[in-house]
Amino acid sequence: MTSSILDNGIELSYLIAASLFIVGLKQLGSPATARKGNVIASVGMLLAIVATLLYQTPMNFPLILAGILIGSLIGTITAQRIEMTAMPEMVGLFNGLGGGASTLIAVAEFQRLLSVGEAPTLASMITILLSIFIGGITLTGSLVAFGKLQGIIGGSPIIFPLQRIVSIGLAVLFLVGSVFLLVETTSEPVFMTLLSIALLLGILFAIPVGGADMPVAIALLNSFSGLAASAAGFVLMNDMLIIAGALVGASGIILTQIMCRAMNRSLFYVLFSAFSKTTTAVNIATAEHAERTVNSVDAEEAAMMLGYAKSVVIVPGYGMAVAQAQHTARELADQLERLGVEVKYAIHPVAGRMPGHMNVLLAEANVPYPQLYDMDDINTEFGNVDVALVVGANDVVNPAARNDQNSPIYGMPILDVDKAHHTIVIKRGLNPGFAGVQNELFFENKTMMLFGNAKNVLTDLVGSVKQL
Amino acid sequence: MIDPLLTALVVFVLAAFIGFEVINKVPPTLHTPLMSGSNAISGIAIIGAVLVTVGGNINWVNALGFVAIVLATINVVGGFMVTDRMLQMFRKKKASS
Repeated sequence: MTSSILDNGIELSYLIAASLFIVGLKQLGSPATARKGNVIASVGMLLAIVATLLYQTPMNFPLILAGILIGSLIGTITAQRIEMTAMPEMVGLFNGLGGGASTLIAVAEFQRLLSVGEAPTLASMITILLSIFIGGITLTGSLVAFGKLQGIIGGSPIIFPLQRIVSIGLAVLFLVGSVFLLVETTSEPVFMTLLSIALLLGILFAIPVGGADMPVAIALLNSFSGLAASAAGFVLMNDMLIIAGALVGASGIILTQIMCRAMNRSLFYVLFSAFSKTTTAVNIATAEHAERTVNSVDAEEAAMMLGYAKSVVIVPGYGMAVAQAQHTARELADQLERLGVEVKYAIHPVAGRMPGHMNVLLAEANVPYPQLYDMDDINTEFGNVDVALVVGANDVVNPAARNDQNSPIYGMPILDVDKAHHTIVIKRGLNPGFAGVQNELFFENKTMMLFGNAKNVLTDLVGSVKQL
Repeated sequence: MIDPLLTALVVFVLAAFIGFEVINKVPPTLHTPLMSGSNAISGIAIIGAVLVTVGGNINWVNALGFVAIVLATINVVGGFMVTDRMLQMFRKKKASS
């Protein structure tokens, strides 16, 4: 009797927690309620954790509390210290933590079954294997993504011959090993080998991913981190984990789809072909453009164009994030608005290194979000815009995506900055963007290049505009 | 008696559908907060980690559970806090400063 009350209590708590997660996620979908939604979801989490601690017996309390304390401390410090420009790294790393935790749960459960000498049932073995597969890939995939974003590992795609075949081979090996484990014996060495294969697959998944694919990879790993939690839920037959994990998995998949659509690529293409074929395209493109000239201007002249314009659209890209130039960009916008110029920001969905990267940076710089326009909303307006100011963006404004059928980025929706009356491009040099494609925009007559680090150039612009 | 695995699968599929319905149509402005907020929710693995950390003696299982608890807690606490930090920056109007 007592135990049934306890069971009901914990199930009810989980039901309330799951409802809070759903309400919280719903509210996270609208700017006005997002902050409240996040709080609601965190209350749901607290409830789920407290309920588990109160109802579950037996457990190792001192060890659990120590773990929670250490984790909370590290989490709090990281969350408070982290720079907004480092947000992609942080999200990348945190995806991995969830995956890591889920993997460890599955390994622990396997060890527990071994230690009690109990032969695991087929169902529990399948779920354990699924859990280490998804969790392992999430863990190492996220760590590699983190390393790339942090600059520990080179950011460009790493591709070696037969990469795809090696990946497929490893996946098949995992499958074969799993079947062996399921029908033959519960062998620990085989289990550990399978775990290593999953970890290796995560690395192979992430190393071909380069800069512009990053938003897709991060969104996908986000989804994986949820699925990993769900898988761990199947291992322990715990509804709370299954539900919460499925919610996160679904939201990650939606984001992944949005990112893929913004690049006009199928998920399969992004995952398996990288931009591997473009290396040759670069060389041809660079050779072709070698003798072509560009118009370059200095800050003073550009400031005149901006200051006497009626409308200016600022198009930020990864270059702005790298130079941490978001505050200076906002300062420039303020100065222009003082002169009566209408300033808007145009945000491409895959600008930067994670979904919504530019929005976060501009929010940090105190730009009100109604001033930020999505691609679909702003593209119709470019024809009436006096100056489009591109700050460190490249592929997302490359007209080749519209015109050149041979271009690797052909078909990708872009911001039509070339339709503005004038385009000023702030860039460090003429190097092609991540996709390795030369940008036609730079060579157009009405395009002015303003060479230099985004932050320095913008600072000069602010200075010059102030004197107008 | 229905196989518990099947019941779990039903729960999973239904929850995934709810997730799709609830999250569809999120404006790009909120993509990052949604990602980091939902990522914090995936830290629910902390419950699984608590559940496997049983028994008083020091052994393999407890050690793994302990590490899992630490990782998942960082995920939960850090995730929710950083999302909140981000969201408080999103403003509709210009701050007076």
